[in-house]
Amino acid sequence: MTSSTTATDADRPAGAALITRTRPKRPGALATSWTFAWRALLKIKHDPDQLYSSFILPIMFTLVFTFLFGGALAGSTGDYLQFLMPGILVMTVIMINMYTGISLNTDITKGIFDRFRGLSIWRPGILAGALLGDVLRYAIALVVVTVLGVLLGFRPAGGVLGVLGAFLFLQLFAFCLGWMWNAAGLVLKSPESVNQLSSMVLFPLVFASNVFVLPDTMPGWLAAVVNANPITHAVTTVRGLTAGDLTSGQLLGGLVACAALLVIFAPLSMYLFRAKSLR
Amino acid sequence: MTAAEPAIEASGLVKTFGETRALDGVDLVVPTGGVYGFLGPNGAGKTTTVRVLATLLQPDAGTARVLGHDLIREADEIRARMSLTGQYASVDEQLTGSENLVLLGRLLGFTKAEAAERGAQLLDAFDLADAAGRQVKTYSGGMRRRLDIAASLIVTPDLLFLDEPTTGLDPRSRNQVWEIIRSLVEAGTTVLLTTQYLEEADRLADRVAVIDRGRIVAEGTPGELKSSVGSGAVHVRLAEAGQRSEAERILARVIGGQVHLAAEPDALSVASSDPERVGAALVELSRAGVAVSGYRLAEPSMDEVFLALTGHPVEVDEKGAEEDAA
Repeated sequence: MTSSTTATDADRPAGAALITRTRPKRPGALATSWTFAWRALLKIKHDPDQLYSSFILPIMFTLVFTFLFGGALAGSTGDYLQFLMPGILVMTVIMINMYTGISLNTDITKGIFDRFRGLSIWRPGILAGALLGDVLRYAIALVVVTVLGVLLGFRPAGGVLGVLGAFLFLQLFAFCLGWMWNAAGLVLKSPESVNQLSSMVLFPLVFASNVFVLPDTMPGWLAAVVNANPITHAVTTVRGLTAGDLTSGQLLGGLVACAALLVIFAPLSMYLFRAKSLR
Repeated sequence: MTAAEPAIEASGLVKTFGETRALDGVDLVVPTGGVYGFLGPNGAGKTTTVRVLATLLQPDAGTARVLGHDLIREADEIRARMSLTGQYASVDEQLTGSENLVLLGRLLGFTKAEAAERGAQLLDAFDLADAAGRQVKTYSGGMRRRLDIAASLIVTPDLLFLDEPTTGLDPRSRNQVWEIIRSLVEAGTTVLLTTQYLEEADRLADRVAVIDRGRIVAEGTPGELKSSVGSGAVHVRLAEAGQRSEAERILARVIGGQVHLAAEPDALSVASSDPERVGAALVELSRAGVAVSGYRLAEPSMDEVFLALTGHPVEVDEKGAEEDAA
């Protein structure tokens, strides 16, 4: 390399080491998704605080609703806990779920999203991989919240198998719902606005469901809203699984809710992803 | 792609953001090999042009071939052979330096072991080995920028876009970036470099395009641009400041044109491309008893070139604020 009078030896990178034109074979869809999942896992390792903070709300709701309202709602706090816990498990994954949108939006605003877009890779892997990486996040949170429930007196009749089945279903539900937050993360201007939207959308969605009470006592129009809410169908499925009395109709309802979220929001996210190059 | 084919050939690129016409018909031919400087003030369209050519942004009109591939239909082929280091460090702040490079290495198809080895090699070459295990959010600006460039070189690209790579860097970090660019060019990579620093374009670039308000207003080697603006100038320093008005009269008579009085009371200059005239003028000064303590013939600076081409001086923003809405 030509020597420069301005650079000292320390300033000069080892020129030869920089150069390599060996280009490995382009990785497939699975390998690409897995690499992005690995990235999501690294983030948990480096920044576990976000994981801890995601337990707080579900735990608070469990305590408040069980001890404050439980007796009035179900006759005794113990009975209400049996009813509430499956709903709290759904709420747990929903509350973590919105971080999907915040992380994606952070990637976009910070610029690393452009680096990924400038690579010759399987592009849906960027979004799908992040969702896969959250599997561990959900698993940890679900175990923590379930253990708390058991300590308070939650005794699922479905046993360990029923609870594991519920966890499995919740992972699927979270993956499908995550695409909604991907879409939000792609459209909104900043991570803060994703956060604001999530609290504007999530609380009404969680309350207008059967997480806390059954819609039987609600006015007809509200019951209709509750029954159309995908969260309601997820909760019903989880209740059935943990109680060990899941009907095939309830399971179908839960799976249709997942499918509906996926079919609407995954293509929408990929459309918005491509539209990034137009704005 | 044949050797004679340019690295980039763009014609009539248009991009509008709402009311703003960020690119207003950009025509550009960047030859293969060497450094191509892309110069212009904030908001002129530099970043938008780079984002379009790097396949991140679709133009509203116009066509381009990059590395022999059509910009729209063969974007993926282009992506496989080019890298972009944007104005802001596009690395993951939560991850360590090493993890960032392994992540990108694996996305390119290296195994975990290969990616780790290549990452370590680059961190070493970029003087970041000591910080390899630290989260990037603890890095200084210069370290981030070096990591960002390293991330673009995991496989040496045939074409590298560097969008204001030295904005906001201290002189030592800037020298390091310059050296990296020179090594890459020697290895055969074509570098398209945007900058607001005229000196940088002057020192690094083989050819320069000047963009202003979304249009290319001049193109050529730095030398051609300077001579297209016309003459250089003679700068004269007097032994006694009190004789400046007399010196001004003599210079105006012998050389002609507008004599410029410098801020220092003993200095003045006048544009001239004719060394003989300048010599004659110095003789006249001496005859008239005006003592000259020094003089200098200078080419026009890139700043003067820029002023002449665009009609307004370069506005340098030290913080490297966002150039446009892109």
